[in-house]
Amino acid sequence: MSAVTERPETDTPGTFTGLERAVINRLQCGLPLVRYPYAAVAEELGISEADLLHTLRDLLERKVLTRFGPMFHAGEMGGGLTLAAMRIPEPDFARVTGQVNQLDEVAHNYRREHDLNMWFVLATETPEDIDRVIADIEAVTGYPVYNMPKEEEFHVHLYFPV
Amino acid sequence: MSTCTSLSDNGATLDEQDRKLVLATQAGLPLVSAPWGALGEQLGMNPEDVLSRFQRMQQTGVIRRVAAVPDHYKLGYRFNGMTVWDVRDDAISDMGQRVGELPFVSHCYRRPRHLPYWNYNLFAMVHGTSRDEVEAKAGQIRKLLGDTSAGDTILYSSAILKKTGLRLRREKATS
Repeated sequence: MSAVTERPETDTPGTFTGLERAVINRLQCGLPLVRYPYAAVAEELGISEADLLHTLRDLLERKVLTRFGPMFHAGEMGGGLTLAAMRIPEPDFARVTGQVNQLDEVAHNYRREHDLNMWFVLATETPEDIDRVIADIEAVTGYPVYNMPKEEEFHVHLYFPV
Repeated sequence: MSTCTSLSDNGATLDEQDRKLVLATQAGLPLVSAPWGALGEQLGMNPEDVLSRFQRMQQTGVIRRVAAVPDHYKLGYRFNGMTVWDVRDDAISDMGQRVGELPFVSHCYRRPRHLPYWNYNLFAMVHGTSRDEVEAKAGQIRKLLGDTSAGDTILYSSAILKKTGLRLRREKATS
């Protein structure tokens, strides 16, 4: 079960070296799919492949980057994907968090400041599994789940320049 | 500002070898000079085959891209605001497209309303280094939507409860 990570209110964002900034910015935008992809990116940035790999490993170790790899599109893999929300009274919040998070189908879960205060993404092996998982969550937690699958996708691009 | 793009809507299917590659890289791509070779060695496939499978999965949209996922808090983007809008049904396709094109919007979707509790049908995720920055960006969206939106709010995240990314379940993959 995942620990609850509070937003680091007092954490000052790390300051990054020029090399780190270049690597963070460039690698958010995708590795070229060529035989030696890291060498290709290193050349683009005017650094050595060894420096690129070292910096990338270090950023992952420090958890500045949470992951480096293929970003899968669950819907395209033939599975189900949805965003769901729940309204959980404070005394039950920790219990429900534990119950929801322990499901493998829950990919991320955020607490948000709203009457609907728990928002999570469900990714399932087949589209039909979504309804089953939602019914399970409602049965186990005793609270309704508001299912909000995407009806139209206008844009997805995560990019945080530093 | 943003140059990342992605494909979707192809209805690709994965064969057994593709699934093995997906499973082997869910935690990440090998950080070695020849990552396709390393994967091939691990899975008994040749490096050219591994690479061409990744190229195909990216073309069909199964993989958006092979990239770094930052902890946006650690990059200074501490405020993650899910802006939600009650947009007229006859205007939403057009306006959603235009909101999605704003450079500071990272995700933009149309989703169903749940009346009477939830009357918002357009979701646009906005990140900022301060609450003011998120509010200012939401202000730009509000201006763009004009009278096509009857109301809006911003849901800030106050805690990450779980973040593992999308996972395939192993049992089915090996069947």
